[in-house]
Amino acid sequence: MGILEVKGVNKRFGGLQALGDVNLSVKENTVHAIIGPNGAGKSTLLNCLVGKLIPDSGSVMFDGQSVLGRKPHEINQMGISRVFQTPEIFSDLSVIENVMIPCFAKRDGAFRMHAIETVESEKDIVEMAEQMLLDVNMQDKRNMHAGSLSRGDKRRLEMAMCLVQNPKLLLLDEPTAGMARADTNNTIDLLKEIKDKRDITMAIIEHDMHVVFSLAERITVLAQGTPLIEETPENIKGHPKVREAYLGEAQV
Amino acid sequence: MFGLNQKDTKFLLIVVTLTLLTPFLLNPFPTDSAMAQFNAGYPALMQRFAIYGLMAIGFNILFGLTGYLSFGHAAFLGVGSYSAVWMFKLLSMNILPAIILAMIVSGLFALAIGYISLRRSGIYFSILTLAFAEMSYRLAYSVLTPITNGETGLQLNLNDPRVLDGVADTSSLPVPGLFGLKMNSTYTLDIGAWSFDFNVGFYVCAVIAILGFYMSLRIFRSPFGMMLRAVKSNQQRMNYTGLNSRPYTLAAFVISGIYAGLAGALLAAMDPLAGAERMQWTASGEVVLMTILGGAGTLMGPVLGAGFIKYCENIFSKINETILHSWFSFLPDSLESVVVWFFARFVGEGWHLTLGVLFMLIVIFLPGGLVEGGQRIASWWKNRGKDEDSSNQPAE
Repeated sequence: MGILEVKGVNKRFGGLQALGDVNLSVKENTVHAIIGPNGAGKSTLLNCLVGKLIPDSGSVMFDGQSVLGRKPHEINQMGISRVFQTPEIFSDLSVIENVMIPCFAKRDGAFRMHAIETVESEKDIVEMAEQMLLDVNMQDKRNMHAGSLSRGDKRRLEMAMCLVQNPKLLLLDEPTAGMARADTNNTIDLLKEIKDKRDITMAIIEHDMHVVFSLAERITVLAQGTPLIEETPENIKGHPKVREAYLGEAQV
Repeated sequence: MFGLNQKDTKFLLIVVTLTLLTPFLLNPFPTDSAMAQFNAGYPALMQRFAIYGLMAIGFNILFGLTGYLSFGHAAFLGVGSYSAVWMFKLLSMNILPAIILAMIVSGLFALAIGYISLRRSGIYFSILTLAFAEMSYRLAYSVLTPITNGETGLQLNLNDPRVLDGVADTSSLPVPGLFGLKMNSTYTLDIGAWSFDFNVGFYVCAVIAILGFYMSLRIFRSPFGMMLRAVKSNQQRMNYTGLNSRPYTLAAFVISGIYAGLAGALLAAMDPLAGAERMQWTASGEVVLMTILGGAGTLMGPVLGAGFIKYCENIFSKINETILHSWFSFLPDSLESVVVWFFARFVGEGWHLTLGVLFMLIVIFLPGGLVEGGQRIASWWKNRGKDEDSSNQPAE
């Protein structure tokens, strides 16, 4: 029984069957990659997991509870954090504030009227956020405007914002999309480091096979909205079904 | 001090000092001089500075922090005024119960309007609030005449019950006061050619405005304020971070509604009548202008914007053609009449033209409002000595 169990999920957009009978099981403390050609339904699946879309049928269980019908913030409070394709951060706020906000969300829940004390007086939150910045090597950028960070640093900051909440499951939507090779390698190193340091389950949607094979322990191949195969990386390489799905798209 | 860090405490003390010295600061010209018409230190105008400053401070908590542009805040101003006048009529001429009721009623009203309007964001939110404010205005103007006294406006009456005040003298209308201190009493201090008015009403408004400013400062520096800025910055990220943005924006909306209701109560306390036109959309637009003009999202901006607009309204509108003729009398007659004709469009009833031009100039050249202008001047002043040796470096 995995921490995330997707069973028989269907999703139609008009005449397009975006997801057809998707079953997926993500085991605790593993890195599970979901790959597939463009239009395979990877992003649709992810959006069904975080409450952005509601599947037409099927069930999505996380940690023994259904996530269906819950709002994104409720799903996050259950322990799922999400990294977006383009880093979603609070670009008008400072780096440290960006990390403090998830700390508050973790400690105080979805809403708390906290209007009298200053932010600085919340010593434990400040400490937690500073420790996180230290962990991702951004302590020297503490007071910078998050919007003025480089793209790689924005990604790093977004990861920090997710990790500081100590999520049970971290969802990554193409974390290296559009990155230069060096940045991609940095991101891989960062993710490996995260994996080694903490007990965390990750589900990665990714195009870049280099990233997938450097990180993943299990791989699910999605094509035309249906999972073709779920295997270890060694067995995926050169698998005829995968070749077929990716024909001409990438070298596997 | 006051739960603030050193910098903010200093800032607050400067604001308090300037506010309390307003009667001096706004009367820089001797009473009999030609420049005296630019003096703004008379009670009615100073009261307006404080009241509209307070309203803009509250509006800024919503608009400046969360970015939700409400076009209906005049409704809360009007509701506050009506509540206050009813309190004067039924209970007592003391302004405290009036202020408390106005804050409660406007808060509840804001809760209802905000709950519905905040289902949408951006332009749709603005339109919804505008629609609510216009409905409130129309209702106050016609349907709700038993409560609002329609187009005449709600006024005090000699036969009002005023339960707590007992039998007052029946020859003239009573004046609102604070435990016997009448709002309209003024002490005039003459120093040489200058005279300065110290008005009870102004000081009551000023103290309340300072408290309002202090509250807003605390909100700006609090985790709650940080969440409101997060709403403006990236609502999607906020929701995926486990925060429900709706109650945060609703709380900000209600708080700013209460500020507006309080401002409405103070307007009624200075002059105990309430008319429907106080709720009209132009009044809602005015507070938007004040906030943008001064600098949305800054602490001091809305107050400066409120002062700027109220100053223009009261001073430019008083200048008439006779005054212009006396200014330009040194010119040859034919030229004088042309110049006077030109400037007359911008003063008197045409003061809106001046305001419009100034507003456009500020929005185009100083998007951060008057506060940004102040900051630019300050940094220019600081760097003016260094310019010669570092002229090759790019500006920051």
